[in-house]
Order: sequence, then C-alpha cells, then structure tokens
Amino acid sequence: MIEKQSSNSRSQYIIDDGNSGLFKVARKAFVEQDVWQQEQLRIFDRCWLYLGHESEVAGPNDFVTRAIAGRNLILNRDAAGQVNAFYNTCTHRGAFVCRETKGSSKLFQCFYHGWVFSSEGKLIDQPGKTAYCDNFNQDGSSDLARVERLESYRGLYFINYDRNAVSLDTYLGGVKEYIDLVMDQAETRMEVVGGTQAYAIDANWKLLCENSIDGYHAATTHATYLDYLSNTAGSLTNADLWGAARQLGGGHAAIEYSAPWGRPVARHVAAWGEQGKKDLDAIMARLTQKYGEERARRIGLLNRNILIFPNLVLNDIMAITLRTFYPLSPDRMHVNAWALGPQEETSAMRERRLFNFLEFLGPGGFATPDDVEALEMCQRGYKNLRAVAWNDISKGMTREEPGTSDELQMRAFWRQWNGLMTAQEAAE
Amino acid sequence: MSQATVRGATNQTLTRHDFEELLYTEAALIDEWRLDEWLTLFTDDARYLVPSTDCTDDSTPADSLFYIADDRFRMGERVRRLKKKGAHAEWPHSKVRHMVHNVRIRSVEGDVYAVTCNFVVYRTKNDVTNTYVGHNEYKFVVGADGPKIREKRSVLDMDSIRSVGKISIIL
Repeated sequence: MIEKQSSNSRSQYIIDDGNSGLFKVARKAFVEQDVWQQEQLRIFDRCWLYLGHESEVAGPNDFVTRAIAGRNLILNRDAAGQVNAFYNTCTHRGAFVCRETKGSSKLFQCFYHGWVFSSEGKLIDQPGKTAYCDNFNQDGSSDLARVERLESYRGLYFINYDRNAVSLDTYLGGVKEYIDLVMDQAETRMEVVGGTQAYAIDANWKLLCENSIDGYHAATTHATYLDYLSNTAGSLTNADLWGAARQLGGGHAAIEYSAPWGRPVARHVAAWGEQGKKDLDAIMARLTQKYGEERARRIGLLNRNILIFPNLVLNDIMAITLRTFYPLSPDRMHVNAWALGPQEETSAMRERRLFNFLEFLGPGGFATPDDVEALEMCQRGYKNLRAVAWNDISKGMTREEPGTSDELQMRAFWRQWNGLMTAQEAAE
Repeated sequence: MSQATVRGATNQTLTRHDFEELLYTEAALIDEWRLDEWLTLFTDDARYLVPSTDCTDDSTPADSLFYIADDRFRMGERVRRLKKKGAHAEWPHSKVRHMVHNVRIRSVEGDVYAVTCNFVVYRTKNDVTNTYVGHNEYKFVVGADGPKIREKRSVLDMDSIRSVGKISIIL
C-alpha cells in the first residue's frame, strides 16, 4: 500500500516514505534558532496570515491592533467603508499611532510630535506645517504604510507581506470548501463574539498546528473531559467519534467527523430542553431549504477541525473557535482565540454556544490546559534530540482512507512546510 | 472548614472581619488542594466566573467569551477533574498560594452581601512560578447555615494571560 499523497522524499527535516508507510519529522525543526529564522523568511513572510474578522471592524472608523508575525498592524474600516491594513508606526519617527487594542476613531494621532493621519491613512496634519517644504508628502510616502497585501474570504481578512504572492483565493484552494461549511451556518453573517483568549505556550508553534487537528490524542490526553461528558446528564447523544481526514493541498488539512456532544448548529442534546430543540429544528429546516438535505446535515451535524496553513485553526466542534498563533522563539508562541457565531443567533443559543465552548476550549477549559501541558512536555523532551532525533507521524499511512485518529492531516502540514523550507529559490 | 469560625445567622450583621475569615479559609482550602471542602462554601446555584481580560464590567458569559464560566454543576466537575491524575496540567499538583487583601463590603441588600478583595495567586510547577493578579467580586448570601458564596467573579488585572499561559488552578 502506498499513501498516494506521499511525496516519497527525504530532506534534513522529514522522511516521507509512502512505499513503506513511514513518516518522520526531525526534532531539530522544533528547536533550532536557524530553522526559526528561516521560517520567518520562507513561511511567515510569504504565506497568507489571518489578521481579523469583518465583524471586528463592522462600522466606519472601527479598528483593532494586532501583532502578526512580529509586526504591529492596524486593521480598520475607514470613513468611506473600505477595510485597510496599516503598519502601526508613525512615518515621522516611528512611534505607534494607535495604542489601543480596539476602538473607533476617525484619526490616528501620534502623541510624540503630533502627526495626524486619517482613517484612510493619509497624513492630514503636522504641527508646524509651514516649516516643511511645499511639496512635502506629495508622493504619499509619509502616509501610513499599507501592508503589502490585504484580501478577504467569507469575512476572514488575511494579509501577506509578499507583494507578489498568489491571490488569497488561489492560496486557500481546497480549504475553501471547509471554510464554507462553517460560514454557511449563518443565515446572515458570522461574527466574532466579544472576549479574546490571549495566552501563550512554551513550545514550538508547529506543535500546536499538529495538536489542533489531532484526533489521536483525545482518548488519552482528554480522558477527563470525555469522562466529564459522560457524567453530564443530557449533554451527549449516542453518536460515536468517527470520520475522515483530508489533505487539501497547500498544507491545508481537515478532519471531519461525528461526535457525541451538542452543536449549537445543529445537533441537539437533551440538556438544551424543548426550546433548544425548536431553535435547532428551525436552523436545520432553513439549512435544508437552502442547501438540500445532504449538505445541511453535513453543515449541521458534522464536526470539523480545519488547519489553514500555516497558523490559522478553525475548529467547528461544540462551538466554533478561530485560533491563530505566532512563534516568538523556537520554544515559545503567543496564541489568540476567539469564538465565532451566527449574527442572527438567539441569545439563548448564544449562551449555550459559549457554555459549550468553555467546557472544552481555551486555557481555562477542561481540555486545552492539558494540551498546553502536553506541548510543553514535548518541547522539554526535545532536549534529548541528540539521542532521539525523530518524531513519528506514520499513523494511518497504509490505510486506503485514513480516519480522524490517523495522522494524514499532520503529514499534509509537514509536506508543505518541508517544501517551503527546502525550496531551492531561497527567500533572498 | 469549620462553620464555627464564621458568625452569621440571618438576623446578625456581618462585618468585614467575618468576610476576611471566610476568604482566608477559602484561600487555604484552594492552596491545600482541599477542593471538595472548597465547594461547600458555595450555594447550589453558585457561579464561578473568570472573564477574558478584554471584557468589561458588564460583560456576561452569555454574551462574551470568558476564560471560565462555571455553574455549580461544572464547578463540581472541575474539582472532580482536578483530583484525577488525568488532569495532566495539574498533575503532579502545582504549588498554589493565594494572597488576599483589601477586603471590603461594598453593599448589603437583605441577605446578600457584595464583597470585593484584591488577590495575588502564585502557582509553581516544573520550576516556573506564575503570578496571577486581580480582584474578586463576591456575592454572599446569608442563610440558615451562615454565609455562602453565590457568585465569585475573578477579574484579572492583566492585559492577557500570556505571562501565566493558562488557568488550570482555581483563582
């Protein structure tokens, strides 16, 4: 048996042997400073990176500020309604022009010398303007600098630091099918619910890429969560954890599966009562009318863990989480996570969604802290890499159709990562 | 804990000293991992909340993503989980130490006391000591067996929880 997606290749980082069914990853990829520096150039400077959601800049002049791959950016909607991504730095001497994490403002004023920029990024005032030459900034070079590329798909705004990158649409390719399955849950649009989970893990960022789409670890790492579910009257259906893994091209990957927990769109559990059932039946009827029964059932009943290469995770499980993360060094990452929900959702269903979210997800939930512990223990384990140099990611490689607890989806990530890291046209 | 340390029948006015006793006892129970006893300090309809650090005072777990929003049942499950070896983030148990300060009674309405305090919580595991800083907003209700906590809202006075990573202990 040969894994048809196998590249049948070998580099200093991976061994991808489809013929014998073995896939190995070198542990030095998680620890070496040089690898981390190359990742900045070959991955984070070239791939499309998630910046924010349209609902976070819903109105004119709304803004959020974020650090994306080591750079500080502003995402805003200007007075005319256009969405922009600017570098958060005054073109005069460099200070931040915006020091809040979110808000609404017609202007960005640098407090250092008082330069003022419009929401479109135009330099509109400088104290002592008469002391500057007549044609100062006629070429716009003192306006706020725009991030090289900004494009959106289904409400998700991505940036790219490479002016020559392929379009976002092309880049997303096969993963769009899965993004659609999430976004189609909303009758109107999806929105980010208030409240950001901003935490950190002392481990390499690629460990979280793997972990976010890993169906294999649930039974051991999350035994206490599964135990909690079975202990919770009315919180479970009899659906088994069962499904398939897919490699979607470009390093994107997903697992899609049935699971016993309730889904606010649209798998009912007894704990949500009669009204909950009515709410969900109405959602399912709408989905069926719009998309037909087969697609409606797929949207409503199945769960999806989606990895959008390199570092955006869209997990559509007992709630929807949007999670992105950046390495600060080989052994530390910052993580930001948000909850996503349909704008038209009833307040009761929103409450159920958020209650569901927190029992599993996030750094105070019943599962995520144990993932964090596992990742940090892996990172510590890599101190022994001279003696044990390789990780194994071979599970399911000899199967015709790898399942969710196999590791095809992780191999998909690593094949793309390896391709970018070993490409001959280096990131000069 | 011993109820004898807490005065308070329904017809008796409670003082700051009474609540200091209660809060110090609560802190000790958490620090000593006597979590089943910790649960007995709460009413059956109690909630334990930790809002995300960008939430506002009027954010609720029904409209905003918190870090923790437990009803009394899930508080019990949290404790049950933390006592297991399978709660990997807290096994072996970390060393926890609560500092409780600035205890104030903010309002009294009938049997319900709103009490606030400041806290610093240290958690040490794997040779790393994390520091959680914030304030607690309690609602105590005084019943036949003395005051019990109906709501504990632990508000972190931090910009994020990046410096501590996660909240695997009870604040």
